[in-house]
Amino acid sequence: MAVKKFVVGVFTEEEPLFEAVKKVRKAGYKLHEVYTPMPIHGLDQAMGLRDTSIHTAGFLYAIFGTTSMLSFMTWCLTTDWPWNIGGKPHFALPAWIPITFEFTVLCACVGMVLTFCYLCQLAPFVKKHHFNLRSTDDQFTMVIECTSKTNEAELSSFLGGVGATGINVQVAETGWWLGRYDKEQKLFEGQSETVSA
Amino acid sequence: MAIKEFFDIPARYKKWSMALMGVGVLSVIVGFILYGTGEEHGKRFWATMLQNSTYFLLIANAAMFFVCATTLAMGGFQMAFRRVSEAISVAVIPLGIIALVVLIALCVVDPEMYEWLHPGNDKLLLGKKGFLNSGFYIIWTILTIGLWIVLGAKMRKLSHELDNNPLPDVEAGRKYIFKNSVWASIFIVWFGLTAMSVTPWLWLMSLDAHWFSTMYSWYTFASTFVAGLALITIFVVYMKNQGYLEYTSEEHIHDLGKFMFAFSIFWTYLWFAQYMLIWYANIPEETIYFKSRVTTNHSKGAYTGLYWFMFCINFIAPILILMRRGSKRNYTTVTFMAIVIIFGHWLDFNQMVFASKFPEHVELNLFDFGVAAGFVGLIMYSTGRAMAKYPLLAKNHPLIKESIIHHT
Repeated sequence: MAVKKFVVGVFTEEEPLFEAVKKVRKAGYKLHEVYTPMPIHGLDQAMGLRDTSIHTAGFLYAIFGTTSMLSFMTWCLTTDWPWNIGGKPHFALPAWIPITFEFTVLCACVGMVLTFCYLCQLAPFVKKHHFNLRSTDDQFTMVIECTSKTNEAELSSFLGGVGATGINVQVAETGWWLGRYDKEQKLFEGQSETVSA
Repeated sequence: MAIKEFFDIPARYKKWSMALMGVGVLSVIVGFILYGTGEEHGKRFWATMLQNSTYFLLIANAAMFFVCATTLAMGGFQMAFRRVSEAISVAVIPLGIIALVVLIALCVVDPEMYEWLHPGNDKLLLGKKGFLNSGFYIIWTILTIGLWIVLGAKMRKLSHELDNNPLPDVEAGRKYIFKNSVWASIFIVWFGLTAMSVTPWLWLMSLDAHWFSTMYSWYTFASTFVAGLALITIFVVYMKNQGYLEYTSEEHIHDLGKFMFAFSIFWTYLWFAQYMLIWYANIPEETIYFKSRVTTNHSKGAYTGLYWFMFCINFIAPILILMRRGSKRNYTTVTFMAIVIIFGHWLDFNQMVFASKFPEHVELNLFDFGVAAGFVGLIMYSTGRAMAKYPLLAKNHPLIKESIIHHT
């Protein structure tokens, strides 16, 4: 994965974030991501992110669960090993509905969790670069990717103008890698510079 | 933003509600002449009246249950259109009076709808006499409907109180919310004792006096609550289309759509729980209920088609159509599904009453639809009048801001 250069703006308040996102997008800068300590309603629309497709995936997993469990039970109890249970017909559909339902839910939720982890690249030993550690605590971090046309100094003062309190430029790996933070972090040491707005 | 506070009833709305009520009255008269007397003691006529009056009463009352449940849960999202649900619950007054007349007539005129009125030597019915007797039936029915009306009016009064005198400070707001919660919980307790338990046993389950199911009241509650939510949705969308409810947005419609989706599944859960337990145990005195409703290898039920059709439009249609986020935010889809749900649960009530009293063949014709149209017209009329009388936005309620900025 490519190592890229980013301009990072740190916000201490939630309110200026919306205005800032709007202005950054209008100015034509390449918004990489906004990291917030809590979900902020409406920020995804403001950033112009498309709707997640995780619910479609969940629907497909659920359909898989329903059909596989129903056909498995049908095969077991009508073809492979028919049993007379309390005089009920071999194809005892009402009795299978609870199991089918549970398996549907199981497939949907486990599948969705795994898909979510895949989409967010979350797994044991998978590492990603953190632009600002306090974005899991009390700060809001806006990350803008530098392209060949971006003037960093200009962008930094622009971010200061829209309300960012701390601005710095970081060089970081955009993808994920396997490893340990304490060692891998050294890769980027000395490549971070602070720019005053 | 300037808002239109009062609903100005359009001439077309008035005309339609009047026309539908006219159709209803005409149907009742024609139905009474055709079926009300003579053979079978007018059972056909009274069954239709019972089905429609209880169904529409319960779905109008579900609006007040929705208001009280969200009040108790400190829900904020519904405040933007709360006055619409309150207005729908005003219809409980005329509908309750009609239902009261019908239900008491079922005991006093006695068109042989309720077998338990004449237990004779029937041991089972004699054993149930402490519960199933006309004295208890009439008193409980009067109490049920009377307290629904009184407690509903109290809730509406509390809400209108604030319109012209805003709350002075936070402390007064807390007190107001507390007072609201107390009255809402009184309503909910009474609702739990009636619509969620005893009343459907008396009104509907006792049509099969020998049979019983402890799930029955939950089942009717789920049926009428989802239809009641659909009714609220229809009115909210209508008011939006007329240019009212400026602060209600697709976010609120989305939440109502979620409610309809969720409670359709809740209804199915209860439907299935009742069905499967009886199917599993296979005890003759229990399976008798499904004899006229479901076709099996051994017997043919006359109502099979109606029963499974009702199941499809009450479960499969909502789950498939309302599942997507986009369809819950689309006014057209939501309105369409609301109408389907109301019709589907009307059919559900139809089979509850008719499959018990007329097990041989389906009795569904223009008479039933005419009476239903009359009740729809009545709900339209009284809701429209209630919405015109009071402001459409509870603008001084402490939670109103939460509702306006609501975001799903």
